[in-house]
Amino acid sequence: MATLVIAEHDNNNLKPGVTNAIAAAANMGGEVVVLVAGQQCAGAAQAAAKVEGVKKVLLADAPHYAGGLAENLAALVVSIADQYTHIVAPATGFGKNFMPRVAALLDVQQVSDISAVESPDTFVRPIYAGNALATVQSSDRIKVVTVRTTAFDPAGAAASPAPVENLAATPDSGLAQFKGQELSKSERPELAAARIIVSGGRGMGSADNFKILEALADKLGAAVGASRAAVDSGFVPNDYQVGQTGKIVAPELYIAVGISGAIQHLAGMKDSKVIVAINKDPEAPIFAVADYWLVEDLFKAVPELTKTL
Amino acid sequence: MKVMVTVKRVIDPYVKARVKSDGTGVETANVKMTMNPFCEIAVEQAVRMKEAGVVTEIVAVSIGVPQCQETLRTAMAMGADRGILVETDAEVQPLAVAKLLRKIVEKENPKLVIMGKQAIDDDSNQCGQTLAALLNWPQSAFTSKIEINGDSAEVTREIDGGLEKLTLKLPAVMTTDLRLNEPRYVTLPNIMKAKKKPLEVIKPDALGVDITPRLKTLKVQEPPKRSAGVKVADVQELVAKLKNEARVI
Repeated sequence: MATLVIAEHDNNNLKPGVTNAIAAAANMGGEVVVLVAGQQCAGAAQAAAKVEGVKKVLLADAPHYAGGLAENLAALVVSIADQYTHIVAPATGFGKNFMPRVAALLDVQQVSDISAVESPDTFVRPIYAGNALATVQSSDRIKVVTVRTTAFDPAGAAASPAPVENLAATPDSGLAQFKGQELSKSERPELAAARIIVSGGRGMGSADNFKILEALADKLGAAVGASRAAVDSGFVPNDYQVGQTGKIVAPELYIAVGISGAIQHLAGMKDSKVIVAINKDPEAPIFAVADYWLVEDLFKAVPELTKTL
Repeated sequence: MKVMVTVKRVIDPYVKARVKSDGTGVETANVKMTMNPFCEIAVEQAVRMKEAGVVTEIVAVSIGVPQCQETLRTAMAMGADRGILVETDAEVQPLAVAKLLRKIVEKENPKLVIMGKQAIDDDSNQCGQTLAALLNWPQSAFTSKIEINGDSAEVTREIDGGLEKLTLKLPAVMTTDLRLNEPRYVTLPNIMKAKKKPLEVIKPDALGVDITPRLKTLKVQEPPKRSAGVKVADVQELVAKLKNEARVI
């Protein structure tokens, strides 16, 4: 019995959430093997080898694994799948993209976005924007599972590093070509890894007004997020979106500013440890999930908060 | 070129889902149903591509209960040319959905399949990628821009850190993200017109696909509730609570 975890990385390091997925995988019954695929990603493989619970790291280094193209990555995973009882990846944009292809090629019904491991074949997953939790049992011979990383504590550091082995590359499918990425540049922490998140909604009114949230975020060492309404209005880029169909976050402190609290937004942040809501509408649904709420105009409250801290 | 779009009938996203008291699932009786929002974006995209002269025919496909015909009629009112319903009362899980769609793709031979990235009921986020793998086609999941250039497509997709650009060989499967477009409202004349468009109903058996579920749902529960919070009077009190009570700053 062994579980294969496919690591998301930036060639040198693991992305936030991978160690959480490794911790989830450790509950599935077998030894944990991590696959690092990419171009010139030996650094990431070394990082994976130092995670607690990892028995072995497989490194597949080839130009056509750059960018994590789903077609090529799925073919690689399937080439070694028979040695594993479970195949696991974080339910991030990375894992959501290629894992269903792995499941399809293995004729397996993937279990998406699990929040708990009940037993090697039984998992809990949120459905309907987290308004219900379904416990499901898989009858497939190999379990293909994506993990809601915020639901698991990250695995720690290993006492001594696991061995790294090279894995032969599978051929380039030729179906898709990676042309590049435009990544949002920010000095602030990533949403997925931030201890504190300051998020803005439609109430922010404009892209320019997000500056007052950024000032607050910088004071707190926080990441900046947004509701769908703020992204659709063009105030901030798509990768800021927190919610059912955006990023799922669970920081220690989530400060929601000018966010009314649609079901879809709550789905992405209601597992945060402490939630603060600032909104001038005393009826805003966000107050129902907030630990502390302040009914006040955000343009007065946010600068004052930044100054007080 | 011919495009296939898929549409799923789901609980209206603005209705809060209620867990059944016997823990077997979510209450769907007497609940407002609608087209999955991401499927609407898929239909809109196909219609815009037809209006731009890139697409010649749009086939809309749904899978599920007889009432899914209404969802298909909505797709046709938006501009799809015809509909196909794979009719069944049984639970159809994502892998089986993709297998049924593969059979229809093999029959219809579209050059492009556009699907929603996720259905907002089951939140699985699988079908498009699964269908692409079954067909051995390339995919663009979470797409925010599509440009067709003869036998290939330039796409932009939303990723966790920003945007990614790919070139795909056609035929391909693409799934929609929120920024791809803003779906139109259907007008009464178009609703009337849609009633006359062809709608074919077939059964899963006729497609030779085994739709037996692979996942058994043991129970469905309400998530734990957050305990009630407190209203603070001003910023000073908020900061004091965060420092001394919650101890998070």
